[in-house]
Amino acid sequence: MTFKIAASPHTHQRRTTQQVMRWVYFALIPGVLAQTYFFGFGVYIQLALALLTAWVAEGLCMRMRGRPIGHAWQDHTAIVTAVLLAVSIPALAPWWIIVMGTAFAIVVVKHVYGGVGQNLFNPAMAGYVLLLVSFPVQMTSWPIPAELAQIQVSITDTINLIFTGFTSAGYNLEQLRMGIDGMTMATPLDSLRNDLNHQLTLTEALNKPIFGDIAGIGWAWVNLAFLAGGLVLIKQKIISWHIPGGLLVGLLVPSAIYWLFNPDQAITPMLHLLSGATMLGAFFIATDPVTAATSNKGRWVFGLLVGFIVFAIRTWGGYPDAVAFAVLLANMCVPIIDRYTQPVAYGHGGRS
Amino acid sequence: MTVVTALIVLGVLALAFGLVLGFAAVRFRVESDPIVDQIDALLPQTQCGQCGYPGCRPYAEAIANGDEINKCPPGGQATINALADLMGVEAKPLDSAHGEEDVKKVAVIREDECIGCTKCIQACPVDAILGAAKQMHTVIAHECTGCDLCVEPCPVDCIDMVPVPVRPDNWQWDLQQIPVKNVESSH
Amino acid sequence: MSAATKAIEAGHIWTFPGGIHPPERKDRSNTTPIEVLPLAKQFIVPIKQHSGPVGDLLVAVGDNVKAGQPLTQVGINNALPVHVPTSGTVSAIGPGRIAHPSGLTDTVITIDADGNDEFYSFTPLADYTTLSRAELLDRIRQAGVAGLGGAGFPTAQKLALQRPLDYLIINGVECEPYISADDRLMREHAQTIIDGTEILLHIAGCEKALIAIEANKPEAIAAFEALLPNYPQLALRVVPTKYPSGGEKQLIQLLTGRQVPSRGLPIDVGLVMQNVGTAFAVAQAVLNGKPLIERVVTVTGDNIAKPGNYWVRIGTTVAELLNQCGFNPVADSKQEQRVIMGGPMMGFTLPDLDVPVVKITNCILVPSNQELAPAAEEMNCIRCGACADVCPAQLLPQQMQWLAKAKDYDGLEQQNLFDCIECGACAYVCPSEIPLVHYYRKAKAEIRNIAREKAKAEVARERFEARQERLEREKQERLERHRKAAEARKKAQAEAVAQGGDNPQDAVQAAIARAKARKAAQAAAAAKQNQEGDDE
Repeated sequence: MTFKIAASPHTHQRRTTQQVMRWVYFALIPGVLAQTYFFGFGVYIQLALALLTAWVAEGLCMRMRGRPIGHAWQDHTAIVTAVLLAVSIPALAPWWIIVMGTAFAIVVVKHVYGGVGQNLFNPAMAGYVLLLVSFPVQMTSWPIPAELAQIQVSITDTINLIFTGFTSAGYNLEQLRMGIDGMTMATPLDSLRNDLNHQLTLTEALNKPIFGDIAGIGWAWVNLAFLAGGLVLIKQKIISWHIPGGLLVGLLVPSAIYWLFNPDQAITPMLHLLSGATMLGAFFIATDPVTAATSNKGRWVFGLLVGFIVFAIRTWGGYPDAVAFAVLLANMCVPIIDRYTQPVAYGHGGRS
Repeated sequence: MTVVTALIVLGVLALAFGLVLGFAAVRFRVESDPIVDQIDALLPQTQCGQCGYPGCRPYAEAIANGDEINKCPPGGQATINALADLMGVEAKPLDSAHGEEDVKKVAVIREDECIGCTKCIQACPVDAILGAAKQMHTVIAHECTGCDLCVEPCPVDCIDMVPVPVRPDNWQWDLQQIPVKNVESSH
Repeated sequence: MSAATKAIEAGHIWTFPGGIHPPERKDRSNTTPIEVLPLAKQFIVPIKQHSGPVGDLLVAVGDNVKAGQPLTQVGINNALPVHVPTSGTVSAIGPGRIAHPSGLTDTVITIDADGNDEFYSFTPLADYTTLSRAELLDRIRQAGVAGLGGAGFPTAQKLALQRPLDYLIINGVECEPYISADDRLMREHAQTIIDGTEILLHIAGCEKALIAIEANKPEAIAAFEALLPNYPQLALRVVPTKYPSGGEKQLIQLLTGRQVPSRGLPIDVGLVMQNVGTAFAVAQAVLNGKPLIERVVTVTGDNIAKPGNYWVRIGTTVAELLNQCGFNPVADSKQEQRVIMGGPMMGFTLPDLDVPVVKITNCILVPSNQELAPAAEEMNCIRCGACADVCPAQLLPQQMQWLAKAKDYDGLEQQNLFDCIECGACAYVCPSEIPLVHYYRKAKAEIRNIAREKAKAEVARERFEARQERLEREKQERLERHRKAAEARKKAQAEAVAQGGDNPQDAVQAAIARAKARKAAQAAAAAKQNQEGDDE
């Protein structure tokens, strides 16, 4: 009788990459539901388009690189990239936006750099930035939250809008985004930055229908839903709390200080935390293991850096939101963060 | 006058910097091995002469004088790469005119056939063969470099080059190569 | 007394970074007392079961031997002897598969048991304090005691280091899943372990011992708690359950907050550690004179009908052991059975069952493929850092994995590869199922090999240069000899001439003249002959 020869350890925790990724996209469900509730069924269509593109792009890349295709589909990392990009872009954006972004994320950002685990930049965010700088109009045309909209968009209208640009009644996206006052409605962050730039005080700027009691209508709930999903991930030990913690602290502390000294001209810390892609970024994007720092100390620094860059760009930069830029900039700093936060190995003079 | 001042100033400066540089050259002198020693340190020291020189040191001197770096089969590609790195030249494949890369071997004398002619003792470049005229010879295995030079002179062909055996202490963790034999089921 | 020492005295338990909590599954084997199995018919005793040199053989094929009789001797190289497990006849001495991950062979002594189990005579010792330190160490060495925790380092050698010691640590942590050999030994033989600890303290010249037990062994803790009030120099320390808290370096960190310096020894920080099994063996060796010929082995796993702990004579084959414990191999032809010597984290698989139980064998694990699923295919690293989070040595496993794959050995040494204790925590958590530890082991072996080759090349160069020098010297000497001989000859001639003898130079001249004359005469004769011929 012969026996199997194997290397130790002979036991394994059995949490595969696939399972890790599955937890990540399951944890995105509350956020996706909240987005659907406020911004319509477009989210699902974007998701479907992103997944299809990712699946095809991944397969093609693996074939061109002469690697087993099934292998790549199995690890589910492409699914997470697709889902993250789909929930980041406006729900009613034209179909080619998401297709282009996802294809770029998978083909250029991931596979050109050597596939899973080798990419320097977060694929979803690199795709997002490409889209944002190339198609600023489409990428900032968020639908207005359902409760404020004049015209409710049906499923068929959503499909028509995404694929043709017009609803069956002939409205285009721009018209749908008109508020009751006949003005095009921007996202809370967009609107605030415009108004503050036009020398309005914070109180005046907040005096718009898009702002609810705590933060932007819809946006606050979407952020809270992502927060809930993120907490599940921490509870399940899929992600460590260091990056989200660092990011939120890095955003909250400077914004609070700035707001205290400048109450009329600054975005409130609460708005910072609950608008835009803050929570999505903190729990799902910055925590991408491939492109984030390795050690816990490094993760702290990485999170703080992302948070601070988000604050800086939102306050002084040219874009209303900044999570994607912040993540990419921090990605670039990862090697140096890793270098200076490497833990002292046992027996090399560190203290226990 | 100004020209003189300028000359004096420049002269003083030159002197000062010269002194500083001179001091630095003495104080911070870096002792580096001569290039021949550095090359010799990379060679495997089998002293086999397959490169065409009578030993590693002579080959090291030849490389320092511009000979090719790919003439050492016992060192193999790893040595060629290291030499290329040191000499700042392109690494090339081993020159097969000098032999092929092979597993490490050690010479073993079939002692009952040895006639005690001492020819192998004279051939051994590292004095790793023990014996005297008309007495049986034997190889000090852990001093043997596996150079092959003792095989040729032996008049009775009693020297074998055998691969160095794998022992638990030099085993390379090749789990795939564990010999698995079939035994009867124990029940 | 410094604050740190006060904390140690007060029983403070520090912590170590990382670590994992794999399923323990110790209750399968630790609920029944240690059993004694019937003796096997044949025993295979490898002559090397420890780290260090091997002793010279004392027996030959055909010798009748008794249990406990030494098979090899300490000799001049201070080797550790091995002993006869039971009475019988030496039937073979030669290569045989040894208990090593490589499955390679080494010299083994085969003994056919006669079934009488007669013992060699041992000399008990009533009061060990009457013997000198050197005599006690010799007694332990002669008994063949090596560290039973896993490394197999000769115990006497560890104790022989005479350096200031703060504490002796007795390691009863046994953090590997499944294994309960030390647990049962502590429950059933706490008194002997304490006796052994006192002897170790006496030899080491140390004042205090800390006995460390993991919190998941309440019965063993109770056994010691009942006895320890009588021994003020011994203290019990309960450490939290976490793998690998039983690792030497980790346990030192837990109990004292100190770190053994990289590539150093515990004694560098004033500590010495011994396993509970070793303490037991030391007590047996010193008090009863009984050599190490048996140990407790846990036999466990889903495919064992009668899991438990057994007193096993060293040299018993795994086949025999499994036979007696009921072995049901995996029936599925596609998935092979694994037989692991040691635990699931650090044990190694056996290629076949002819391997004998040796001094360091604490467990034979025969799992089903459901309880310990075979390793899945290796996937790409996603840099999740889970490995770095669990590494008790604070290394960066993923970084080292890339360096190992790239064969960047300098980089690996910079990343402190040799501080890796190969505990397997990183590979346990890796979501991509990368066999990380295996890469490190290979790289370590390769680095050691390169170092060995380098040292050998250095020796070869020295020998080559020495030989060149010798040849040159011999040549010079030869020339010198010739020169001297020539000079002596000249001198002798000159002297001879001066004394009126023949000048050899003249003799030469005379010889040349003679030769010329002869030639001339021959020529003349020939000419004459020709003339005569013409005349005819």
